[in-house]
Amino acid sequence: MPDANPILHLKDVQFRWPGRASFGVHVSEFSMAQGETVLLLGESGSGKSTLLSLICGTIVADAGEVQVASTNIAALSPGQRDGFRAEQIGLIFQQFNLLPFASVRDNITLPLQFAAQRRARVGDPNAEAHKLCLDLRLPKDVVSARAGTLSVGQQQRVAAARALIGAPPLIIADEPTSSLDAATQATFLELLVAQSRTHGASVLMVSHDARLSDQFDRVIHMSDIAQSLRDVA
Amino acid sequence: MILRLALASLAARALTVGMTILAIALSVALFLGVEKVRTGAKASFADTISGTDLIVGARSGSVQLLLYSVFRIGNATNNMTWESYQDLAARPEVDWIVPISLGDSHRQFRVMGTTVAFFDRYKYRSGQSLAVKDGAVIDDLFDTVIGADVAETLGYKIGDPIVVAHGLASFTEHKDQPFRVSGILEKTGTPVDRTVIVSLEAIEAIHVDWRNGAQIPGQSTPADTIRQMQLEPQAVTAALVGVKSRLQVFGLQRAINEYPQEPLLAILPGVALQELWQIVGIAETALIAVSAMVVVTALIGMMATIFSSLNERRREMAIFRAMGARPRVVLGLLVLEAVLMASVGALLGLALLYLALFIGQPLIDSAFGLWLPIEPPTLRELWVLAGVIVAGAIVSMIPAYRAYRMSLADGMLVRT
Repeated sequence: MPDANPILHLKDVQFRWPGRASFGVHVSEFSMAQGETVLLLGESGSGKSTLLSLICGTIVADAGEVQVASTNIAALSPGQRDGFRAEQIGLIFQQFNLLPFASVRDNITLPLQFAAQRRARVGDPNAEAHKLCLDLRLPKDVVSARAGTLSVGQQQRVAAARALIGAPPLIIADEPTSSLDAATQATFLELLVAQSRTHGASVLMVSHDARLSDQFDRVIHMSDIAQSLRDVA
Repeated sequence: MILRLALASLAARALTVGMTILAIALSVALFLGVEKVRTGAKASFADTISGTDLIVGARSGSVQLLLYSVFRIGNATNNMTWESYQDLAARPEVDWIVPISLGDSHRQFRVMGTTVAFFDRYKYRSGQSLAVKDGAVIDDLFDTVIGADVAETLGYKIGDPIVVAHGLASFTEHKDQPFRVSGILEKTGTPVDRTVIVSLEAIEAIHVDWRNGAQIPGQSTPADTIRQMQLEPQAVTAALVGVKSRLQVFGLQRAINEYPQEPLLAILPGVALQELWQIVGIAETALIAVSAMVVVTALIGMMATIFSSLNERRREMAIFRAMGARPRVVLGLLVLEAVLMASVGALLGLALLYLALFIGQPLIDSAFGLWLPIEPPTLRELWVLAGVIVAGAIVSMIPAYRAYRMSLADGMLVRT
């Protein structure tokens, strides 16, 4: 898919874990257009997490190029990469997304601490947190509750609100629905995708569950874009 | 907001954090308490005798003179003659003079012969006078006033008889002339508490039948006969002197030290006390060192708590990292946490100290005669508190650095 300005572009990326020399990943080419929603399917051990870490810039490719929002993240210093991640990427994990001791409001507005542009885009963080909660159909008074007291489904929606706040261009979700039951899974995905569209964000979601495919513009298998590298000797 | 999150994180681990803070608070309270007791003891020590300008005795060392005349420790190598004493008393600079005659004992306590003026002139703790708790000061020749410790240890009441022993730790007693307890003094925290005070004449009286340190066999003069006698001492052990003008102190001291008829020594009590404290003061350094160790132990305890919390908090760190926090934010967060704990601990320790002082002050005063003033924290104490907080921050660097390394390695993907 040719795009002059892809949100995400990986080319000939190669990475091996230091110390664990037996495992690595090679991505020949992978690209995502702005506003696109992509489901990346892959078995466990296929290098999904490594790929996400490469995109987020917590690890740096040994070879090749990782471009997020047209920026080669390997060219940034570690500190700049952290700042860049804060500005460009909203992250949702599989589970335990939130600081359980902090309020929902503090959890949602946390990324704004590290991302000045997102902070500037928001205006009033508390009002925005409140609005996102409503948009994600969380109970009205949830913002002041302690995050740890929420149900798993609610926690995942709070995590989604946190990823969306300040409208980062890219939302990355690492199996966000695997801890949810089928019914909540569907609602969660609908809301996530709908909200991402509203905010104009691209979504890259990683899962091993092909049943979620309907919600996405495009579905890619890990094996189509990447090979995991193992020592032959 | 970071501060709020740090506080919330601490609150979520209230029990371990509370224990850590308590340990720091107790150690700080101990340290400051030792500091208080030390300065209190030093002040009490320096206040053992006040209002006296010079202590005069036979020539020896100033510390030795102070030890036997004020602290009743050790013995006089020599006495000063009654002539010298009267000579001194007649000098124009002398406002008042109180003789002290030592050498006899009652059980483990020293007996001191003096005049009634002693009760007016002897001052302690910045000018406080001796007060009689029970009974009255010496009236009859065979009356005695005993210190609070003497009364308490031996269980004496007013009217009880006392037999004075000749010399110290001696088996020969002045059985023929028993004394009567006429008064018991209030606790002072000075050596007076451990002293049996009799009149100077009484010291002579009990030695009427004695020559050369032994009783003349078969001779025993009845008490009433003794009362009729002229009991003028041959010598006294020391004298407390007050001068009319403080400006004359050094002149008088020199005059006494150069007294041609007899080798005498006059000392300034304050200076001699300072000299003595320098010897006693070694113990205070040890005390400080031990309580400083306790503070260090508490801080190491805090470090251990932070270390052990790191694993369970990997997730928390990973979330911060995923949100774009640099590893040094993680480091800062842990140091901030330690500073918060150390600060609360230090302040709580200070509060504990004041609580303990408030409750303990009268008890310590009556039990040990040690007066610990309740004052706002001194600059030195504030420095100690600041030191604890800074030390807490420094100590926390070690686990914080480990967290820094961990969060660099973990990135944002920790699956727990």
